[in-house]
Amino acid sequence: MDADYKRLRWRCRRGTRELDQLLGWWLENRYTDAPGELRTGFAALLEQQDPQLWDWLVGLGAPADAVQAGVIDEIRAQHRV
Amino acid sequence: MSAYTIQEHEYDMVVVGAGGAGLRATFGLAAKGLKTVCITKVFPTRSHTVAAQGGISAALGNMGEDDWRYHFFDTIKGSDWLGDQDAIEYMCKEAPAAIIELEHYGVPFSRTEDGKIYQRPFGGMTTRYGEGPAAQRTCAAADRTGHAMLHTLYQQSLAHDARFMIEYFALDLIWDDEGVCRGVLALDMAEGTLHLFRGHGVVLATGGYGRAYFSATSAHTCTGDGGGLVLRSGLALQDMEFVQFHPTGIYGAGCLITEGVRGEGGILRNSSGERFMERYAPHYKDLASRDVVSRSMTIEIREGRGVGAEKDHILLDLTHLGPEVIHEKLPGIAESARIFANVDVTRQPIPVLPTVHYNMGGIPTNYHGEVVQKVGENPDQVVQGLYAIGEAACVSVHGANRLGSNSLLDLVVFGRAAANRCAQTIKPGASHKVLPASACDKALANLDKLRNANGASPTAEIRLNMQRTMQSDAAVFRTSKTLSEGCEKMAKIFTSFEDVKVSDRSLVWNSDLIETYELQNLLYNAVATITSAEQRKESRGAHAHEDFPDRDDANWQKHTLVKVDGKGASSFDFRPVHMYTLSDDVGVVPPKKRVY
Repeated sequence: MDADYKRLRWRCRRGTRELDQLLGWWLENRYTDAPGELRTGFAALLEQQDPQLWDWLVGLGAPADAVQAGVIDEIRAQHRV
Repeated sequence: MSAYTIQEHEYDMVVVGAGGAGLRATFGLAAKGLKTVCITKVFPTRSHTVAAQGGISAALGNMGEDDWRYHFFDTIKGSDWLGDQDAIEYMCKEAPAAIIELEHYGVPFSRTEDGKIYQRPFGGMTTRYGEGPAAQRTCAAADRTGHAMLHTLYQQSLAHDARFMIEYFALDLIWDDEGVCRGVLALDMAEGTLHLFRGHGVVLATGGYGRAYFSATSAHTCTGDGGGLVLRSGLALQDMEFVQFHPTGIYGAGCLITEGVRGEGGILRNSSGERFMERYAPHYKDLASRDVVSRSMTIEIREGRGVGAEKDHILLDLTHLGPEVIHEKLPGIAESARIFANVDVTRQPIPVLPTVHYNMGGIPTNYHGEVVQKVGENPDQVVQGLYAIGEAACVSVHGANRLGSNSLLDLVVFGRAAANRCAQTIKPGASHKVLPASACDKALANLDKLRNANGASPTAEIRLNMQRTMQSDAAVFRTSKTLSEGCEKMAKIFTSFEDVKVSDRSLVWNSDLIETYELQNLLYNAVATITSAEQRKESRGAHAHEDFPDRDDANWQKHTLVKVDGKGASSFDFRPVHMYTLSDDVGVVPPKKRVY
């Protein structure tokens, strides 16, 4: 594992179990094969506040940055029932 | 142990953890002129306090009749008479001032039409000493109370020049030869460097250990690090058998549906659609306290009235509230239910199950936040230099069962109390005692052992074994048989940690190593929990024992003290429950049967 992945893995540690699950899913399932642009977008998303991330993940607004919005859309497209 | 270089830093006070309690203490200490550092493994506003949606209790009386003495009574009754009544008096009496203080610092509490702080009902909160209607006592900043508090207290701490060491992991407490806590050894995760933070006092505000269980509402970060540090230092934890299950975790996901939902009128239903809480708690129904609701749900399921293909969960119905109430009062809930249960709450009920939510037990303290131990005949001996607050601590205000919205109150009241105590007892800028050269040896030996661990069991495998065992044998229903089997299994799992495998040998962003430290902390907490449960031969609050279904005040109205040695063996002692108050403002509430 490279240092970037290891750092992001820690930063997927959030304040809620819900966000741990949703963001951790993207890191584990998408990060390794994702293009560099998407990886950068994901890293930028992790700098956001938890309630902001939660709003975006539940469809209340979207990040202004199209790449970040793309990551959010990928997570939202997952069925988690 | 000279292979490791340690950078030393001197402060008046060291706080470990930056959730609500840690931030309130950090801010309070800095505001009192003490040079304070807060060490935290995650960024402060990503602490688990952010998940506290429901609110914070205080008898402000904004929505109708209320009195802090009613709150005092409710908290004692909620605790099933295991709470210390001096500490409960302190908390409930200080509550209104603590809320007003938070409001002044900038927490945006929701308001009534005439501009007062809005207050909602919450389980177990009543008026007129349990004889009157449900109290409306819980203040909230929409459903983001926890985040608003974290944000506000972090800003206040920075404004008072507190230092934050973010993404630093506390490895061990550092003691002198006389048993005084002198600091914390920590790892800077980004740089891979070791730092000794010297302080005249160390405040542990590390939160709970929900991740010891398989189904928990806790974030991954809730690994009981403070309890682990204390047990590894040879000190006792208190009342660890009392683990609160939240009645409404989303089935299959664990994600929390706040009690505020039932406060706003949500109803629990079984497979025949019956509002079964009417049978178990005729007066307060769905708003009875958490252990009562969790146990009632479990009985419904065990007696075959659960819902779903496996008849293994219950439904939480909001459909009668209407979309306006749901979207105005409970906006986060609708979205949680959609994402994690694929349910539209305006049209369908939410599948729910009791899920581990809060640890009443923890590091024993007095109401100043000073850590206490039983030494000889003295049950209240203060451990010099060590403080604990918040969920990591056991003051004990929650006793055998915590009431919803009392935990945020606990954080601010005792975070503030610890800061005030230190301001009285610690002189800013006092010189630090020279420590023996060997002071960090034990901590470094543990580090060396874990980072070079090359056994056969990956950290994740041992963690899963622990979580499954705790879930099956130390959950809502407990019997002598399941508990004793669980103790044996946990002893083996604890021993299996000797054979742990850490793959990453570096020190930079080594989450494998950090998770192994966290697992070590969880294992100590888990053993303390299940062995404490096994020895308590009664039912009280969250500890419901099928073979001893009644509360036994004559033999068991006492706090369990448990130590866990390096081999995972527990030893027990007891402290009396404080059946006295601090003043004549309120009288002791003698034990009586707990019905809602």
